[in-house]
Amino acid sequence: MTRYIARRIVMLLPVLFGVSLISFALLHMVPGDPVTLLAGDQADQAFIQNLKKEYGLDKPLHVQYYQFISHVIRCDFGTSIRSHQPVAKLLRERFVFTAQLAFLSIIIAAFIGLIAGVISATRRYSIFDNLSMVGSLFGISMPIFWLALLLMLVFSVSLGWFPAGGKGTLKHLVLPAIALGASSSAVIARMTRASMLEVIRQDYIRTARANGFREIIVISKHALKNAMIPVITVFGLEFGYMLGGAVLTETVFSLPGLGRLMVDGIFQRDYPVVQGAMLLVATTFVVVNLITDIAYSFVDPRIRYE
Amino acid sequence: MGQLLQITDLETHFYSSGKTTKALDGVSFEIEEGETFGLVGESGCGKSVTALSILRLIPDPPGKIVGGKILFKGRDLLEATEREIRSMRGKEISMIFQEPMTSLNPVFRIGQQVADVIRLHQGTGERASMQKAVEMLAKVHIPDAEDVARRFPHQLSGGMRQRVMIAMELSCRPSLLIADEPTTALDVTIQAQILELVREMRDELQTSILLITHDLGVVAELCDQVAVMYAGSIVERATVDKIFAGPKHPYTQGLWGAIPPVDEEKSVLSVIPGSVPDLSELPQGCKFHPRCSFRFDPCTRTRPPLIEGSPGHFVSCWLYTNHSTSGITREYGSYPAAGTSDANRTQLKG
Amino acid sequence: MNKTSVVKTGQKREVWRRLKRNRAAVTGGVILLVFLVVSLLGPLIAPYPANEGDLTKRLEAPSRAHLLGTDALGRDLLSRVICGARISLEIQIAAVMIALIIGTIIGMIGGYYGGAIDHTIMRVMDILLAFPGIFLAIAIVAVLGTGLTNLIFAAGIYSIPQFARVVRGSVITLKEREFVEAARVAGETDTNILARYILPNSMAPLIVQTTLRMATVLLTASGLSFLGLGVQPPAPEWGAMLSNSRDYLVTAPHAAIVPGFAIMLVVMGFNLFGDGLRDSLDPRLRD
Repeated sequence: MTRYIARRIVMLLPVLFGVSLISFALLHMVPGDPVTLLAGDQADQAFIQNLKKEYGLDKPLHVQYYQFISHVIRCDFGTSIRSHQPVAKLLRERFVFTAQLAFLSIIIAAFIGLIAGVISATRRYSIFDNLSMVGSLFGISMPIFWLALLLMLVFSVSLGWFPAGGKGTLKHLVLPAIALGASSSAVIARMTRASMLEVIRQDYIRTARANGFREIIVISKHALKNAMIPVITVFGLEFGYMLGGAVLTETVFSLPGLGRLMVDGIFQRDYPVVQGAMLLVATTFVVVNLITDIAYSFVDPRIRYE
Repeated sequence: MGQLLQITDLETHFYSSGKTTKALDGVSFEIEEGETFGLVGESGCGKSVTALSILRLIPDPPGKIVGGKILFKGRDLLEATEREIRSMRGKEISMIFQEPMTSLNPVFRIGQQVADVIRLHQGTGERASMQKAVEMLAKVHIPDAEDVARRFPHQLSGGMRQRVMIAMELSCRPSLLIADEPTTALDVTIQAQILELVREMRDELQTSILLITHDLGVVAELCDQVAVMYAGSIVERATVDKIFAGPKHPYTQGLWGAIPPVDEEKSVLSVIPGSVPDLSELPQGCKFHPRCSFRFDPCTRTRPPLIEGSPGHFVSCWLYTNHSTSGITREYGSYPAAGTSDANRTQLKG
Repeated sequence: MNKTSVVKTGQKREVWRRLKRNRAAVTGGVILLVFLVVSLLGPLIAPYPANEGDLTKRLEAPSRAHLLGTDALGRDLLSRVICGARISLEIQIAAVMIALIIGTIIGMIGGYYGGAIDHTIMRVMDILLAFPGIFLAIAIVAVLGTGLTNLIFAAGIYSIPQFARVVRGSVITLKEREFVEAARVAGETDTNILARYILPNSMAPLIVQTTLRMATVLLTASGLSFLGLGVQPPAPEWGAMLSNSRDYLVTAPHAAIVPGFAIMLVVMGFNLFGDGLRDSLDPRLRD
C-alpha cells in the first residue's frame, strides 16, 4: 500500500507544477504589460521600480517563475493591488471561512445522501425510491445559484428565519450550507443507490442470506461496507468542490469565501489575488483528492494488500 | 435410515414482462439420511432453482414458489415462518455455490467470515468462534489455517476459496448439504481434490448431500441416487448403478450417449437434436417429445407421470407406462392430466 | 469490406425500441424537443421584443398581457426566456463541439499509443481537473476576458477532460480486439484504424457523455453569466437574468423564479434523456 500512496504522490507532482505554472503565467497571458497591470493606478516611479525588483519583471521568465515559487513556498503571495494587504492574509481568512462552510455542507450532504441512497436501493420501486430519485434528479438539475436564491426568498425574505447574507454567526451559515448540501446530497444519493444496487446483486450477498443472516444485517454489514467504497471518491470530489467551487453560493449570500475572492479579484484586476486564489484552490483540491485516494486504499482490502 | 427430505410437486414460477416462466413444474424426489443424491441436467433445466427453492431463497420478485411441499425432517419448509427458515439456513441445511471466486465477501477476512456464521448459529463468543473457525479451516486441509484466517479472499486461489466455503457451510454440522455445481468453475486437477474433500467430510460428519451437477463423472464418483431433470421436471430417477447400467428415458440415453467412451473410438459425438424448450411456452404433452426419436401419439397430448418402470427405477415416459390417461395412480397420489385444473395445490402460507 | 462497425442494423433498431419504452428518455426527449423548437423559432414566437422595455411597466407580476411578468427594465420575461433559449443552445452546441472534437482526438491518441504520450496527456488532463468545477471556467475567463465567445471557450475547455477520458477508455478496450489486430496485420494505417474501426464502436458512451455534458455546460455557462463573467447585458441569457433579479427579490420574486426554472427544466431534459440513452445502450438487458 505504501507503494500505492507513493505512486499517487509522484503523479501529483507534475500536476502541482502545471498548476503553479498556470497561476504564474496568468499575469503574462492577460493582455497588457505586467508592470502596468501590477502597478494599477499608481504612477509613482519609485513604487514601480520596487515592483520590478520584487517580481523580477525585468528578468527572463524562468527566473521570474523561480522567484514566484520561492515566494509561494514561504507563504508570500504578494500584495493585493486593491487593498494593499498581503494576499496571504486574505487567503487565510477566506480559507478558514470556506472550510467551515464546506464542513457543515458535507455533513448535511452525507447525512441526506447516504440514507436516501441506501433506502432507495433496498426498497427499489417503492414510493420512497421513486420520490428520492425524482428528488435527486431535481437536485442535480437545479442551478445552485437558483436554489440559493429560492432558499433566500423563502427562509430569509418571507419567513425571516435566517439572515440573507454576511458572516458572523452559525445562523449565517445555515442557508448556504443547505444549498450546497442539498446539491451535493443529490449526487451522493445517486451514487450510493447505484453502488448499493450493484453490491446487492453480488454472489457474496447470496451467500450471506443462505447462511441465515437477517436481511437487515445483510444490508448493514455485508453490503454496506462494499457499497461505500466507490462513494468515498464522490465524497472527496464534492468536498473539494465545496472548498473552491462554491463561488455561486458565496455570491448569492455575500459570503467572504475563497471563490468570491477570486471573482472580485478578476473584476478589480487584482492579479496577485487572482494568482494566489488559483494556486490555493487548485492545490487544496489536489490534496483533498489525494487524501480521498488514500482513504480508498485503506477501506478496500484488495488495494491495501496487493 | 429415515427420510430427510421429501419434495412433492414443487412448482416455482418466474414472472417478467407478461411472461410466466415455469422453472419448476412439479418436481418430486426424496433424499434419505446419509444419502448422496445427484441432480443432473443441462443448464436452465431447473437444478439451481430447486436448490434455492428448498432454502426459500428465490428472489420475489420476480420469482415465486407457487405450489408443492418440501418436508424436511417431517416439517413442511414452505409453511415455516421466515424466522424459522432463517434459523435453518447455514445450520441444518447449508449450501455451496458454483462460483468460489465471488461467493466470499471481499472486505472481510476469511476467519472472520467463517467465525460469524458459527457465532450466528451457535451463539459462541468472539474468541471461541474464531478458534472453531480456524479448526474448521484446518479440517478442510487448508495449510497454515491461522495465517489464512487473517487473509482476505482475493489473496486466495479458487480452489482454496472453495475449501473455505466448504468449511463455512459444514461448520455447524448441517444435516443436508446442497452443493450446486461445486467444481464446475475450478481447474480439473483442483476438481478432483475438492470432490475428495467433499467425500471425506461427508463420511466423517454423516451429512446428506444434494449434489447438483451437469458432470456425469462427478455423479458416478459420489452419488447413491440420481435424478435427471429436463425443462423443470424430473424425467428419471434411480440408483447410480441402475441408471448407468440402463437409462430408460430417451433424454437420459441421449445424455449418456454423448459421453465419449474410453474403450472405443468414435468419430462423431452423438448429439440430441433440437434445443431445450422455452420455459414460458412449453409444448403440450411430454416436454421432450419434439426432440425424441421414440415419440408416438400419446407423447404429443399428455404429460407422462413419473412411474416405477422397474423396481427402484422411476421414469416419466409413455414407453414404460400404460397409454391410458385415466386414473393412473402412483406413489404420490393422482397425477393431474395435463391441461386440467383439478390439481391439488398446496398453498404457501405465511 | 464495407461493414466496419460491429453494431449491426438490427442492434440499432433494438436500441431505438428500448429508448422509446424508457419513460425517462421519452420525458427528457419531449422537453428537449420543445427547447429546440423554441430556440430555433425564438424571436418569431416571442410576444414582445426581448430587449425593449416599457419603463412604465416595471416588475409587474404575471398577467394576461405579460404571461410571466416583466423585469426591472420593463421587458417581458416570457419573451426574454424564449430568446434566451437560443443563446443557451448556441453556447451548449459550440462548447460541446469544441470539447468533443479536441477531447476525442486527445483520447484516441493517448489510448491508442499509450506509453509516454498517454502519460503526458493524462497529466495535462489532471492539471485541468485540478481546478474544481466552475472554478476552472472562471480561471479561463480570468485570462481571456468576459463575453460570449470567451464563455464558449471556457465551457469548452472545461469539458475536454471528460470526453478525453471516455474516449480513451473505449480505445484501450477496443484496441485489444481481434478485428483491430486483423486490420493492423493487413497493413492499415493507424489513422485509418482509428477512424474506421475504433471510433464507430466507441459511439455509445460518447453519445451519452455528449448529452450529459450539454447539461453541465448550461449550468456552467449560466453560472458564469450570473457572476457577470459570461454573456454581457442586455442579452437575455438566463443566468444573467437571474442576476438582475437579485436586487428585487422582495418586490418581484417572479423575476427570480422564471429564468432559474427554465435552466432547471432544460438541464433536467438533458439528464433524463442522457440517462435513458445510457440504459438503452447498455448491452446488459434489464429485466
